[in-house]
Amino acid sequence: MTDNIRSALPYLLIGSAGLAAPIIAPNFQIQLAMLWMMIILALTWDIAGGQMGYNSFGNILFFGIGCYVTAVMQRELFFDIAEYANVTGKVVTLTSYQYFTGFSLGLALSVLIAVAVGVVLGSGILGLRGHYFAICTLGVGVAAGELASGWEFVGAGSGMLAPIYPGEANEQGLFYYYTFFVLAVLCFFTLKRLYSSRFGLAINAIRDDEDKAEAMGIHTTRYKTVAWCISGFFLALAGGMFGHLNNFIDREVAFPSSTFGVWMVLMAILGGKGTIWGPVLGATVFHVTQELFWTYLFGWQRVALGVLIVVIVVFFPQGIMGWLRERWPEKFGETVDTDASTA
Amino acid sequence: MNPILEVSGVSKSFGGVVANSDISLIVPVGKIIGLIGPNGSGKTSLFNSIVGYHPIDRGSIKFDGAEISKLRVPEIARMGLLRTFQQTRIYGKMSCMENMETSVPHVHEGLLTMFTRFPAEVAEKAEGLLEFVGLYVKRHLRAGELSFGQQKLLEFAMALMNQPRMLLLDEPTAGINPTLINSLIDRLKRANSEIGITLFVIEHNMRVIMDLAEHIYCLAHGELLANGAPEEIRNNQRVIDAYLGAN
Repeated sequence: MTDNIRSALPYLLIGSAGLAAPIIAPNFQIQLAMLWMMIILALTWDIAGGQMGYNSFGNILFFGIGCYVTAVMQRELFFDIAEYANVTGKVVTLTSYQYFTGFSLGLALSVLIAVAVGVVLGSGILGLRGHYFAICTLGVGVAAGELASGWEFVGAGSGMLAPIYPGEANEQGLFYYYTFFVLAVLCFFTLKRLYSSRFGLAINAIRDDEDKAEAMGIHTTRYKTVAWCISGFFLALAGGMFGHLNNFIDREVAFPSSTFGVWMVLMAILGGKGTIWGPVLGATVFHVTQELFWTYLFGWQRVALGVLIVVIVVFFPQGIMGWLRERWPEKFGETVDTDASTA
Repeated sequence: MNPILEVSGVSKSFGGVVANSDISLIVPVGKIIGLIGPNGSGKTSLFNSIVGYHPIDRGSIKFDGAEISKLRVPEIARMGLLRTFQQTRIYGKMSCMENMETSVPHVHEGLLTMFTRFPAEVAEKAEGLLEFVGLYVKRHLRAGELSFGQQKLLEFAMALMNQPRMLLLDEPTAGINPTLINSLIDRLKRANSEIGITLFVIEHNMRVIMDLAEHIYCLAHGELLANGAPEEIRNNQRVIDAYLGAN
């Protein structure tokens, strides 16, 4: 019983801190919502990047799909198709009911589209390995941005405004804080559960030796595609929410390859690839550090961030969790039985 | 004699290098068959052809009566024809238990079973097999931390976990110390007699293969040089010239 309480304690602490934070520190609502989003980005990148060993630089694609699809869905649901040319780039005002109906349907549609794109793209490029896969996904992310910035329907280069939140500005912050919080919690526990299933072991096997996994009859293509689609699922939701929190969507917001796209990789590496707590820890440390840089080193914040990245890669190649595991392997269950009679 | 594996007229070239030329052989069900030959004679290439690692140029490969020469590696593995590697391959960053659990047969795995956990019987079976190869006490260690010989034993246990009907073993005793070799031979024989797995073994250690196999095929320069009972192979002049050497 005490063991149960002890193992539940971190969840309870983080959970209650998460619930109370925006009320205790209302001025930091947006930064805190971003913190949960960073955790989602790092956790979802780690599915393929850490647990499966497929370093992707294109996951931002799903994020962008979420951004655009959710906003477009809201717009199209309540405006005449003939009007949309006039609506693009203008402020769209919706009632509460319209806003939230459109928002939820939009999120649902983004998930469907992201997963479908994941299946189609995944079955094509997940056959590539190592550096080739990484380069290819980099191309995918860039191409998606180019497409979005050339497509009139979504505002092309001038972007589009997400519908205005029907309520006070701080209500919007609070609403999106809690949606991100819930999504992060959902994402964490879904992945935690998945990593302890056949799925988790199979993608670990693919990471350690894909040829061996194939030779043992594991459905490698299927596992890889599903892993990629699970990233897509959560990223599309995060993207849909982020677009609305940001109020404005263009290629820089929806497909930020050089910021979120790179950060998600860094955060997972910093915390420890291939662990469940690593990305959470990495995202938290990274986000807090980055906010401090903006506050105290303004003007040099990008330089400081660059230095931080170098430090992470050089001194923590295994990440925080990886380092801990190397230091105290027995704490992670790597023990030899001392009971000789069983041998 | 009921053949479980039937290789007929298989040829495979890599550019100008002829790895296998018109190889035909039969592995009867429930037997232990050996494959010997000098380095570069095409033994591993033949294994790779059989398990679908690369397409063959000509010929036919039948497993249990079904043509498999057009199938891919995982499909053939799921039919129950499994191979182990010359360069031992295990999942280094996973614990021995995880290595074992993920090696369950994958034939009847649907989209939804992907997300289920392994039932308790799987863990029990994994523990049993780890005990069979003498790795039980190290079951929670990362497989990459085991010694080379122990990794070979783990790979063998993983293969058994997969419940194959036939196992292709590529030099199972290479790099293993003499005492361990004896216990490995013993376990190979038990896997064959108790579990009923047909074995097809590449081996350079003559003592091992003569002890293990009932029938031996010998390759040289990609061609089938001779085949017969161990005693016949040992005394075959062509095999002695090409491989065993006169002493």
